[in-house]
Amino acid sequence: MLTTNNNLSSQNKDSKVLLKIRNLKKHFISKKGLFFSKEERVKAVDGLNFNIYRGETLGIVGESGCGKSTTGRLLLRLIKATAGQLEFDGVNLMDLNKKELTAMRHRFQMIFQDPFASLNPRLKIKKIVAEPMLTHQLHKADRADRVKALLEEVGISSSYLNRYPHEFSGGQRQRIGIARALAAEPEFIVADEPVAALDVSIQAQILNLLNKLQAELGLTMLFIAHDLSVVQYISDRIGVMYLGKMVELTNSDQLYQQPLHPYTKALLAAIPVPDPELRTNKNHLAGEVPSPLNPPRGCNFNTRCPAAFAKCREIEPEFKEIKPGHFCACHLYSREEKTNEN
Amino acid sequence: MRNLLEVNNLTTYFKSNKGLIKAVDGINFTVSSREILAIVGESGCGKSVTAKTILGLIGQKKNEIIGGEVLFKGENLLTKNYREMQQIRGKEISTVFQDPMTSLNPLHKVGQQIAEVLTIHEQISRQAARKQAINILTKVGIPSAASRAEQYPHQFSGGMRQRAIIAMALVCRPDLLIADEPTTALDVTIQAQILDLLQDLRHELKTAIIMITHDLGVVAEISDTVAVMYAGHLVEKAPVKLLFAEARHPYTKGLLNSIPRPGSRKKLEPIPGQPPDLHNLKTGCNFADRCPSVMAKCRQQSPLLKKIAPDHQAACWLYEEER
Repeated sequence: MLTTNNNLSSQNKDSKVLLKIRNLKKHFISKKGLFFSKEERVKAVDGLNFNIYRGETLGIVGESGCGKSTTGRLLLRLIKATAGQLEFDGVNLMDLNKKELTAMRHRFQMIFQDPFASLNPRLKIKKIVAEPMLTHQLHKADRADRVKALLEEVGISSSYLNRYPHEFSGGQRQRIGIARALAAEPEFIVADEPVAALDVSIQAQILNLLNKLQAELGLTMLFIAHDLSVVQYISDRIGVMYLGKMVELTNSDQLYQQPLHPYTKALLAAIPVPDPELRTNKNHLAGEVPSPLNPPRGCNFNTRCPAAFAKCREIEPEFKEIKPGHFCACHLYSREEKTNEN
Repeated sequence: MRNLLEVNNLTTYFKSNKGLIKAVDGINFTVSSREILAIVGESGCGKSVTAKTILGLIGQKKNEIIGGEVLFKGENLLTKNYREMQQIRGKEISTVFQDPMTSLNPLHKVGQQIAEVLTIHEQISRQAARKQAINILTKVGIPSAASRAEQYPHQFSGGMRQRAIIAMALVCRPDLLIADEPTTALDVTIQAQILDLLQDLRHELKTAIIMITHDLGVVAEISDTVAVMYAGHLVEKAPVKLLFAEARHPYTKGLLNSIPRPGSRKKLEPIPGQPPDLHNLKTGCNFADRCPSVMAKCRQQSPLLKKIAPDHQAACWLYEEER
């Protein structure tokens, strides 16, 4: 595990950092009203600050609309951020032009949620897996062997090379999607809900495969999912998002054993545990996530928070390191804060 | 006590150009009043088809072949005609489907849609129906129900819509509610609210529930009895605590070993391979190809669901000697 005891600012010089994200924002603007006179601003991602270390799996968990998928897309520069800094291995991705970005792209790849929509139905799987190598001019000589090796690696027999995606089941398609992502020899992979569309018995196969590949290839991974049990199984560290902001970030075990943020606590209490002996009458969170078009004043969570007090309705809490390696954005812990970190 | 619902040797086959699909192939179970029975299984195992067959929503078309009996309060639902089933659906047996976005009519006010159920099934004035609709909306936890009843479905959030659908299903106080993946489309915090609500309402309204789900967490949270389905067969049935503590069928064991549990990083042991193609099932047990303890007999003959211990049934040759 790569969590360090350093605070955010000293982590900047750390060469173990692969991605550095500072105050990253993405606002979507939609025009409404007569002659599009009104502007509505959805703050999908509103000020993220964290690092991703080489070789770690960082999980991002949150409910629908919390901005987790937008975050994944931002980090890969699939969409352009509204504001903030994004550094990949010391290179500022925000400054790159299209050509420079394309040259970088093979270093970061994506695995998508829907294995039925993410593979071209008209291409044989050998073409699908070879395509990233074609785009990035990799392995010109031994491309066919490489495709075979990649497919074997993810558990697809090389006798299926000439088949089309529709001939495979959901789990197998997800394996092909993984092989395609690996074909570009990336250092960093964003997996956006890679098992959400799969049945439980297949889901476990894919999770174990991702774990194995990550260890073998030394990949860095951002694993996005709504299911906290799944995220916890695969991640070294976990970030919890709520309404476009990260509310807590710490290592997996810590998050489960000593969650700090009231939202994390509520999320943990809401997971249905597959053990009827543990069935208790828990206090479940009331209400629903407010609209991101009109987020509440102060802390985003104050409308549902059981511990909210006056300050929470006025001032937005800062995302701070409360214990070594344990970040949280909540006024409850402002007294425990260490003296000026920056 | 007499069973509220008794399903005997129910089969649902579909004729297709590729041959006969045995979606549900001879299943037996009972539901007593106020019981929550969870039917759990992976996609394509026949759990939703079972629900739709019980409701009479499958079986009208030429390519649908239904067999067996579904005894509801002693009467066989499969012999009833469409009109008779309409009398029962919504009044005595009602349903909640997975997708709260498509289960409501977008052109009518939510309150109207709920009141409509009452005016169809009961001799009741419009005003009284409206009043009851508001009552039930309050009961399912919709704040300021009177004004919410005047709104259209698009003004409701996903969780609210699912509450409204549950209200609609329960407004006639049915004896049986069939809920097909009612929380799958919802976020976890909302899912927890809906599961709490269903628990409370079954006591208050004395309704039995058949809960169809793929999520073992939901099963553990809400059900009294669990039936596990695999490729059209019931493979194991037991009270919830017994099933999670002492699963006997290799498929159930495999399922339990392949779910990540909160707080644990124990390596998952997935079930190898994938569910069989229902178009060409081999003879013998459908799980044989993926089963870690497969024997010669499993490939010859399909095991029947039989009692292996008090309250515990499984369909597996491993337990044949113990009977």
